[in-house]
Amino acid sequence: MFGYYLDLAWRSLKRTPILTGLMVLAIGLGIGASMTMLTVLHVMTDDPLPGRSAQLYTPHLDPLPLDHKRRGDGPDASDNLTWPDAMALLKAHRATRQAAMAGGSLLVRPGRTDLRPFYVDGRYATADFFAMFGMSFEHGSGWGAADDAAGARVVVLGETLARKLFGGADAVGRTVRLGDSDFRVTGVVADWAPQPMFYADASVKRYSDADQFFLPLSAAVDLKLDVNGNFSSWGQDHAETRMTSPTTTWLQFWAQLDTPMQVAAYRQYLADYSAQQKALGRFQRPPANAKLYGLMDWLAHENLVPNDVRLQLWLALGFLFVCMLNIVALLLAKFLRRSGEISVRRALGAGRRDIFVQLGIESALIGVAGGALGLLVAQLGLWSIRQRPDDYAHLAQMDGAMLLGTLVLAVLASVLAGLLPAWRACRVAPALQLKGV
Amino acid sequence: MQIRPILSTLRHHKLTAILLTLQVAFTCAIVCNVVFMVVNRVHRIGVPTGIAENELSVIRSTGIEKNENAQAQHAADLAALRAIPGVKSVVAVSYSLPLNQDESTSGICPSKQALDRAIQLNSIDGSGCLEPSVYDGTPGLIDTLDLHLVAGRDFRPGEYVTQGKPPVTIITRALAQHMYPGQSALGQSMYDGDRFIRVVGIVDTLLRPNLRQPGVDYDSMILPQLPDDSVVTYVLRSAPQDRQRVLAAAAATLVKVNPNRIINPKRMQAYSQIRAAYFQRDTTMIGLLVASTLGLLFVTALGIAGLANFWVQQRTRSIGIRRAIGATCGDILRYFQAENFLIVGAGVVLGVLLAVALNLLLMTHYELPRLPLWYLPVGALVLWALGQLAVLSPALRASRVPPVVATRSV
Repeated sequence: MFGYYLDLAWRSLKRTPILTGLMVLAIGLGIGASMTMLTVLHVMTDDPLPGRSAQLYTPHLDPLPLDHKRRGDGPDASDNLTWPDAMALLKAHRATRQAAMAGGSLLVRPGRTDLRPFYVDGRYATADFFAMFGMSFEHGSGWGAADDAAGARVVVLGETLARKLFGGADAVGRTVRLGDSDFRVTGVVADWAPQPMFYADASVKRYSDADQFFLPLSAAVDLKLDVNGNFSSWGQDHAETRMTSPTTTWLQFWAQLDTPMQVAAYRQYLADYSAQQKALGRFQRPPANAKLYGLMDWLAHENLVPNDVRLQLWLALGFLFVCMLNIVALLLAKFLRRSGEISVRRALGAGRRDIFVQLGIESALIGVAGGALGLLVAQLGLWSIRQRPDDYAHLAQMDGAMLLGTLVLAVLASVLAGLLPAWRACRVAPALQLKGV
Repeated sequence: MQIRPILSTLRHHKLTAILLTLQVAFTCAIVCNVVFMVVNRVHRIGVPTGIAENELSVIRSTGIEKNENAQAQHAADLAALRAIPGVKSVVAVSYSLPLNQDESTSGICPSKQALDRAIQLNSIDGSGCLEPSVYDGTPGLIDTLDLHLVAGRDFRPGEYVTQGKPPVTIITRALAQHMYPGQSALGQSMYDGDRFIRVVGIVDTLLRPNLRQPGVDYDSMILPQLPDDSVVTYVLRSAPQDRQRVLAAAAATLVKVNPNRIINPKRMQAYSQIRAAYFQRDTTMIGLLVASTLGLLFVTALGIAGLANFWVQQRTRSIGIRRAIGATCGDILRYFQAENFLIVGAGVVLGVLLAVALNLLLMTHYELPRLPLWYLPVGALVLWALGQLAVLSPALRASRVPPVVATRSV
């Protein structure tokens, strides 16, 4: 029966090529625009560390004074941790793994004479960073807790930087000059750039390139290396002292918690820690302000999707909606015009359900064609987005799921659009129509 | 023109007519709001900066020797840059320029009392204190940027400092009015928390490096402070057609003066590129908004035309009968036009209401201003015109149906 209906649908559509073309065009444009923006939203809100994100949490404390007011357009000072708090959380060791970190940009002075000095982005972190985020070492390894304590001048390089500096040779054990100090390479990691860079400070570009070096946070503090990110102070802190000040936040902190019990215990620990600090007079706000975010919750809280992108999505969906209205009206006119044909089929014994299915298949056929056109339009739309200089632009690619989603959405939309017209058409009274023929 | 027969025909096609009405309504609502957004963005990207935009080029140099003498280096660089043919003038600034997003701000109060008020409130809002953007630079900044002094004077050579805070400033007219409403700002002493700064000059317009709200976008002040860091930005003024050549020559010159520096090619720009980069998102958005408006109108026009075509085919016989009993071509034409007028009219009325509702929604979620009411009748007229245009061809075809059709059986 399906084949027969398909044949009927094909004949019917062929009879009105302009109208059919119109409907396919409308659904193609609507679906194409919507899928372009849905894909952008999809890649921007995707899980940056599949398989690991469920175990990663970021604790947040509220060390701000009671009368502290956030400037309207300024960053939230309690998004990051102060040095004393981060160190206390590290020492307490309440999670399976934990690390404090901050971003930095340092001048590299290559030993090779054919390379000019250049700046690279990297991270100052503590020892658990690599194991916690599941990074894979190409050569060597990270550093240990003892290096953290001593502020050892060691560094882990990203694969790209290692190759740039040392060619194919093994970089482990070699020395790299970063800023004004020498660092000994302990390991080389495969390039690692989760999108978005969930662990970075809110002020930097979150969909950018991989970190290319990692060195102990304690060494960065000793050397007062430049930090990419916000320093939010509410005390009398000077540039010289702010890194270790109890009234300046600038550090990000992540912890790996494997079981719900661990999570609950960590929450309790944060509240207890805040209460203790409040009793000591350092914190003024209620201990309940301390929060523990899961990775995806934290990204939702950070709201990384620009308003413009959201607006574009709504616009595209509005466009699709108007296109659907258009198609419903056209299908209705088309189906009702065939009342005579439908009546003959009904008189020959076809049930209402048969008519309904037949017309439904006709709408679905339009949907398939519209979906194919929509895919083309979406690819064009995504290509144009990749030409934008925004940091997220390079991500605008369709994966298999989105490809399939496009077709499904197109067929769904057109079948949905066909429902009302098909329902109206199959309720045509055969006797009345046949008299007129 | 009889409206009643049209209405009774439409009653037979109730559902189809309602659908078309809805389509027109949503198109009207979306198009009104989208056009309003386009106009807003066009205004935004057209904001004047107050400087000679098409004559300026900017190049940033990052010294990589920590202990170099910044002042001596800048002086040597400036002298070398000035010698490039085509360069009319050149200055060094620390980093800030209008719209380049490298901003330095400072809390400034019109008096010490205002500062006390701000401390009491723990906020500068409502205290009379403001947070202007601060620009600095070497002597000649006013002339190089082509700022217009409307009162007072330029800085004197002795007023420039390298360390510490200078005692004098030149502010914009906007800042002068916000700081000292109703009085002359010239000669006033502003208070910045630990010292007074006397206003010696007022310039017409100088935009901030980052836009905030339209009301405070021109709150800027210039200090006679010399850049004192190994990272420095040179601003060169030349004839517009010389800019690319001057930039290339400047990069070569700087490396020749001292090779121990990094010149990032991304930081070597004609000023117009800085402006374009600042508003890139808005330009993209304008393109998208315009494209979607055209797309919507296109789809709606096609819908109207497609449906009218269908109805004409469907009613060929009744048109023939009407012609046979005396209706003229014009009657038939006007019939379809009137029908379209009614449908689009109903859609537009609904659409105007939807447009206001959509605007209220956007105002709460996307900080869009209120839609000026005159957009609504204009939007309605455009859709009416579009409807008439779309229905014209099917209606003409209908008017050409010969009366003899009535005598044929279908």
